[in-house]
Amino acid sequence: MAAHLSSGRVNLTALREAGRRELREFLDKCAGSKAIVWDEYLTGPFGLIAQYSLLKEHEVEKMFTLKPGRLPPADVKNIIFFVRPKLELMDIITDNVLREDRGRSPQRDFHILFVPRRSLLCEQWLKEQGVLGSFIHREQYSLDLIPFDGDLLSMESESAFKECYLESDQTSLYHAAKGLMTLQALYGTIPQIFGKGDCARHVANMMIRMKREFPGSQNSVFPVFDTLLLLDRNVDLLTPLATQLTYEGLIDEIYGIQNTYVKLPPEKFAPKKQGEGGKDLPTEPKKLQLNSAEELYAEIRDKNFNAVGSVLSKKAKIISAAFEERHHAKTVGEIKQFVSQLPHMQAARSSLANHTSIAELIKDITTSEDFFDNLTVEQEFMSGIDTDKVNNYIEDCIAQKHPLIKILRLVCLQSVCNSGLKQKVLDHYKREILQTYGYEHILTLNNLEKAGLLKPQTGGRNNYPTIRKTLRLWMDDVNEQNPNDISYVYSGYAPLSVRLAQLLARPGWRSIEEVLKMLPGPHFEERQQLPTGLQKKRQHGENRVTLVFFLGGVTYAEIAALRFLSQMEDGGTEYVIATTKLINGTTWIKSLMEKLEPAPF
Amino acid sequence: MSRVRADEEEYWHSSKFRAFTFDDEDDELSQLKESKRAVNSLRDIVDDDDDDLERVSWSGEPVGSISWSIKETASGSTSSLDGRDSSLQKGSSSYAALPKQASSSSLSSLFKGRNKLPSFQSLSDALTDTGVKNYAPELRRPKAEYKDYSSDWSPKDTVRRMQRGKVCSLERFRSLQDKLVLLDEAVAGHDGNVITAVLIFLKRTLRREILFRELEVRQVALCHLIHFLRETGEQKFLLDLLRFLDRTEEVALSQYREHLNIQDVEKRREFLKGCIGLPFSAEDTSHIQDHYTLLERQIIIEANDRHLEMAGQSELFRKYPRKASILNMPLVTTLFYSCFYHYTEAEGMFSSPTNLKKTFKIPDKQYVLTALAARAKLRAWGDVDALLTTKNWLGYTKKKAPIGFHRVVEILQRNNAPVQVLQEYVRLVEDVETRLNLATKYKCHDVVIETYRDLKDRIQLTAYKCKVERGSAEEEKINSILNN
Repeated sequence: MAAHLSSGRVNLTALREAGRRELREFLDKCAGSKAIVWDEYLTGPFGLIAQYSLLKEHEVEKMFTLKPGRLPPADVKNIIFFVRPKLELMDIITDNVLREDRGRSPQRDFHILFVPRRSLLCEQWLKEQGVLGSFIHREQYSLDLIPFDGDLLSMESESAFKECYLESDQTSLYHAAKGLMTLQALYGTIPQIFGKGDCARHVANMMIRMKREFPGSQNSVFPVFDTLLLLDRNVDLLTPLATQLTYEGLIDEIYGIQNTYVKLPPEKFAPKKQGEGGKDLPTEPKKLQLNSAEELYAEIRDKNFNAVGSVLSKKAKIISAAFEERHHAKTVGEIKQFVSQLPHMQAARSSLANHTSIAELIKDITTSEDFFDNLTVEQEFMSGIDTDKVNNYIEDCIAQKHPLIKILRLVCLQSVCNSGLKQKVLDHYKREILQTYGYEHILTLNNLEKAGLLKPQTGGRNNYPTIRKTLRLWMDDVNEQNPNDISYVYSGYAPLSVRLAQLLARPGWRSIEEVLKMLPGPHFEERQQLPTGLQKKRQHGENRVTLVFFLGGVTYAEIAALRFLSQMEDGGTEYVIATTKLINGTTWIKSLMEKLEPAPF
Repeated sequence: MSRVRADEEEYWHSSKFRAFTFDDEDDELSQLKESKRAVNSLRDIVDDDDDDLERVSWSGEPVGSISWSIKETASGSTSSLDGRDSSLQKGSSSYAALPKQASSSSLSSLFKGRNKLPSFQSLSDALTDTGVKNYAPELRRPKAEYKDYSSDWSPKDTVRRMQRGKVCSLERFRSLQDKLVLLDEAVAGHDGNVITAVLIFLKRTLRREILFRELEVRQVALCHLIHFLRETGEQKFLLDLLRFLDRTEEVALSQYREHLNIQDVEKRREFLKGCIGLPFSAEDTSHIQDHYTLLERQIIIEANDRHLEMAGQSELFRKYPRKASILNMPLVTTLFYSCFYHYTEAEGMFSSPTNLKKTFKIPDKQYVLTALAARAKLRAWGDVDALLTTKNWLGYTKKKAPIGFHRVVEILQRNNAPVQVLQEYVRLVEDVETRLNLATKYKCHDVVIETYRDLKDRIQLTAYKCKVERGSAEEEKINSILNN
């Protein structure tokens, strides 16, 4: 289950194990049989830390989803709520507790586990409802950084970007700093910290402060990471808006990957066994886990989608050949050898079958006319063409009532690529959007403006061309099959954020001071003193390890670009990636939209 | 309209910009097909028993994962739990022999013929404490922090304790000075949880004017309080605060947001009316005004039409019953509705399309597009014709389409317009290549033939002969042109 976590340069199994340990300790505090009531959002992230077997070992007999009403009648001693500190969830818990049958015997004990932090606000809320006293244990489980893969950590905090840039609520930054302290406790103090952006500055400050306040925490672990790079998402608002063109990126764009799982339309995965023609087609979506434990997926996930087909066909040939071997197996020994390999061949076959089906599904979409038109416009904007006038394609999409999020992505992309839109153009788009999708979206447009995604150009200056040229964000000679530059992940556009990481490693940021000043927020460098004896003596040819922390979210295409840099032969740096949330343009914009329906309870 | 397709093609090939093209279209497709074929052929060889192997339920949830277990344990009594246990037990032995996604079953190891199988039975065994313990040092807090109560914490210590989730009494901070130090200390810690807790305390114990005044110079704390008020729905307090700060636009938007919580349309309309005077930015003001006017219209139209529909005397409503009420729909949807049900009404009527167009200053393009879609849906081809016809002052008529005739064709085609209707507009598409493409695609033979005639393209014209029916009028037409 967790083997893939140890496959990278840094063994992240230790982080997972630390999480499991903390969970066990909490469960053991509530002695006796237990039922867990889950905030549904948490089950995904928790699944990456522990399976049901672990809970069961600690007497968890039942599990329910949190919803209003009376709790199901489970014969257990303890009821434990696993929840995020959100007021609307507190209301549900209150309802659950108040409806509990006081006459039942034996009585059940209530506990709350807040994830990732205990919230005084929530407890105050429960107190006002008169139920706070019903809880025996109120604890927190700091699930700050969850290991997703051998080189990937996420806090899965959906609203981090919105809170930081819209509401100036820095709580998620505090959690990020906490997570980094945990990471340092396990993997040693990180000697060098670089950063760009206001939030990055805050996190670095908090880390330094936390270290100062807990001098006892001076650890004696040999440092695994050489460098930490903190990057604000608002330093690079452009990248998530563009359509990702890597295999994994497209899966996420089209179907949405959640906690390493994806749900796919079942038709292509129907088991086609002979003699079972009459069997009904499955209607439930097919759910697959996607991570580097699957060798084929690890090989193709970061490729440009145009390069995936050839790999799949190559694999198909190899597997076919392997199965052909059975005809040559003559002796008992040879046959035995063949049979012993069958399970692995079976697994490889099934993996190939799945990815062939997924690739077919994606291809149906990438070859559609609309996908092509949309991409054409994106690429025009990113390469600086016609960013200062109303775009015909966007107008057409509005007229045809394409999904609002698609429109917002394009309009924001145009705005970012033009350092803001001309007032006239902005007003035109706004009017069309409000008339077609409803006036209440004025609230969403306002949010986008506050976040800097959609804004009027001020001072009539467009900095984007300078930034594009200096950082070589647009590459004309992109090679999708055998890439030689990170721009392959967007078939031409090199993600700004990753370019910053690349230039930091070589030749250093001093070479791009001018451009750094054009991007929002300060850039800085900090050093953390290491005790003598822990200072690293680098072996000749040994790569440096850099942790890149994206504050406000990161896309799969950016991760692919960093992995590409890790694998470059003369790169000299390997990257581990951390983020507040794995995002794509759609989920990101959605998180900034005003919720228009009242809460369902 | 965006670049015409052909231009686009040329653009991509000639310019330095690269689209996400599939040059090797066939190749790529055949590659996918090939791997699919291989996969399918292998099915015959290997006994396909996925369930055993993958140990996932069909929905893909790995058996034993948390969300799977919630369904399992919640669905039944203890007996089903036991039942599942035993089935798991049964399955687990076969699973242990065939670990699916463990790295040892990798493709490469398979072809090297390596055959090492991990021997652990269950997943949790795989991570038994023995091996990993060494890597996972204690993350517990130092013992001293468990020491619990003291009444004499400094502001700094209080904040630090609160950050660790300890409950602290804040009541002993009595003077304004003390309270502000406490707040500043909380802000310096960046923990929103603590900041909010302190703010709740201050909100309870300070006079509003003083709290507002002090927050004005403490922006971070201020943001947290605004966020808190929004979360807890203390609208009045929030508006007072924003007004004090002179953040008028925010007051306006925040108040306007409230309308979303009002279900009753009459009340919602009244509320929106009250929003008009709020200090929005200039262009937002006009949008809010429009929002109000629109809802006002919708209420009138809805009442009227519901009555009409119930009475059952309007043929239109009988033939095309309304799918939903028009209340709270966007403007363009409302326009479509009115073009559908009220197209011929005089401009004086609230529900007439022309009235809507005037009131909301709907641009020509948007109007034509919407009206066209509505009339085409009703197959009212005469209306379509009239919509696209303009008269100049001499009385000559001319066909004009602000959205371009290729779009007209697209919309008509989507509504299954007959060829005779379609061809009239295909003929008007200006760009020759687009016209030919559309005409060919929708079998408007006359247009194809005339276009080739005008281009004097004998070769294409001859070639087209095989596309028309033998002995038809079209064939004759081609022959007569070729003979001239």
